[in-house]
Amino acid sequence: MSTKASRSAARLMLAPAVILLLAWMLVPLTMTLIFSFQRFLPLRGGFQGWVGFENYARFVGSSAFWPAVQTTVLIVGGVLLITVVLGILLALLLDQPMWGQGIVRILVIAPFFVMPTVTGLVWKNMFMDPNNGLLAHLWRFFGGDPVVWLSDVPVFSIILIVSWQWLPFATLILLTAIQSLDSEQLEAAEMDGAPVLSRFWHIILPHLSRAITIVILIQTIFLLAIFAKIFVTTQGSFGTRTLTYLIYQRVLESQNVGLGSAGGIYAVILANIFALFLMRIVGKNLDR
Amino acid sequence: MGRIVLEQVTKSFGDVTVIPPLDLTIEDGEFTVFVGPSGCGKSTLLRLIAGLEDVTSGSIRIDGRECSDIPPAKRGLAMVFQSYALYPHMTVRKNIAFPLRMASMSRQEQDRRVEQAAAVLNLTEYLDRRPGQLSGGQRQRVAIGRAIVREPAAFLFDEPLSNLDAALRVGMRLEISQLHNRLKTTMVYVTHDQVEAMTMADRIVVLRAGHIEQVGTPLELYHNPRNLFVAGFIGSPKMNLLEGPEAAKHDAHTIGIRPEHIKVSAGEGAWSGVVGVSEHLGSDTFFHVHDTGLAESVTVRADGDVRFSHGDRIFLTPRTERMHRFDTNGRRLA
Ligand SMILES: Nc1ncnc2c1ncn2[C@@H]1O[C@H](COP(=O)(O)OP(=O)(O)OP(=O)(O)O)[C@@H](O)[C@H]1O
Ligand SMILES: [Mg+2]
Repeated sequence: MSTKASRSAARLMLAPAVILLLAWMLVPLTMTLIFSFQRFLPLRGGFQGWVGFENYARFVGSSAFWPAVQTTVLIVGGVLLITVVLGILLALLLDQPMWGQGIVRILVIAPFFVMPTVTGLVWKNMFMDPNNGLLAHLWRFFGGDPVVWLSDVPVFSIILIVSWQWLPFATLILLTAIQSLDSEQLEAAEMDGAPVLSRFWHIILPHLSRAITIVILIQTIFLLAIFAKIFVTTQGSFGTRTLTYLIYQRVLESQNVGLGSAGGIYAVILANIFALFLMRIVGKNLDR
Repeated sequence: MGRIVLEQVTKSFGDVTVIPPLDLTIEDGEFTVFVGPSGCGKSTLLRLIAGLEDVTSGSIRIDGRECSDIPPAKRGLAMVFQSYALYPHMTVRKNIAFPLRMASMSRQEQDRRVEQAAAVLNLTEYLDRRPGQLSGGQRQRVAIGRAIVREPAAFLFDEPLSNLDAALRVGMRLEISQLHNRLKTTMVYVTHDQVEAMTMADRIVVLRAGHIEQVGTPLELYHNPRNLFVAGFIGSPKMNLLEGPEAAKHDAHTIGIRPEHIKVSAGEGAWSGVVGVSEHLGSDTFFHVHDTGLAESVTVRADGDVRFSHGDRIFLTPRTERMHRFDTNGRRLA
């Protein structure tokens, strides 16, 4: 697309998509923004006047706010760590020629197709149930006391469940990245005297940096909004209340749309700060 | 030092035997070129020497040391790949220093060797760039730089110039030859370009389907090809190979005569034919002559200023003392 005519034609063609996307994004965002400056209680008469930044102050001032931010960061960070590390290991493993490769790959990817709510329920009732869960049986088999997962180590349990679901995504992207590595580079490194670990560290890992960036970015965006799994497992109790869950409680349980909207705006800002920060660190990798 | 001895080396991939038993000695300091048609096993042979593939049977000795079970890094060889295989995320300096870093060499020594290699290869200005910011020829030089800093016993090159354009290829050919003269290290060089083979090699190894057809200096192969395959493979344009009554006159099944050993004349000669395509190179002109009754087409070389047009009838006289004779099995007759 280099001539003037083709450029303007391209703009014209792109316009509907861009406008649709903008509307899609801007309308809810603007509405949230407007609500956040109002006292709006649907069950007590709806709109009750403009309140400026009061909702923002109250949301941050609430004793639940900082713990919720902490929980969010902990869960997102934990899931990222587990999925990226295990994803790299799994991808390396799946890249090896082995018998039944096709089936193994499909099996590895399967969890990603399970709906989040189902994932949460399956884990809660089939694995982590302290009486009848598989893990409880496993513990008892080895003579231990079953762990009451969701109330003893609730945050870790949620990290575990979410990681299980997102691991296939990370593995898949990292696997394609590993497969795109020129084998001559590895052979050259081998001739240059690099043992297996150095080859991983100096050749494979840098080659994966771009894919890792993408995994982290995409997952972060989705993980900041995880809701279903918390809803069906702990209902936000035992310190598993994330920012998203807090907003949900403010809007639906306390019926305070204004306060919830202010929380929503905070979440948007947080997500953007995080995304910018990530882009900065790894941006060099992306525009290479 | 870098004397490489292959004894009864074989290589199979599953059921497919790529290298049947093969013996070869590469002397220290020699520039040896492997040539042969595509798929004949040149790269495989080189990778066996490098240790990137395991031999199926037989032994490889480098400076008298049995190497079949020694990993590539410990064989003291350096390899330059066709794709260059540079590390894209490292600067040129880091690329060249990588083998030294892996050998845990001191920082000063690393820097000294990198600077030295860069000076030899005209890379000094580019040391802080990444491979992606270099031209093909510069990347090639970085790959060579990475090989020479290790001061290996021998260099292995796998078609290092095939990604370069014609002009650059001639330049790099010269540079590699000069490098060999300076370092006097053994070099094993794979190519399917026989001009590269003829111009660079001390010794050429002609391969076909994993067999060594002939080993010799470029001129030995040119003057005394041991069989039809080598005769047809070495020399450009190809030797004319004639069968039938003309060959019978010389008590052979096939005779071979190179284009440059046939005299062209407008008036008289032993054979006559009609000019087809002419290729004018300036210094020489090659005529493809048809309707000679000898073969589909006979290629002859004439001086650049000889002019014949398409369709002209011309006369050819072979220099009989330069004729090569082959028997029914394609072997050279004395
Ligand atoms: N990993 C492999 N598995 C099975 N067959 C292989 C493998 N590597 C090479 N071959 C076969 O071995 C033969 C020789 O291959 P090789 O790469 O050595 O050819 P080459 O002479 O280098 O050809 P080219 O000039 O095209 O590079 C080919 O027929 C090829 O198909
Ligand atoms: Mg090859």
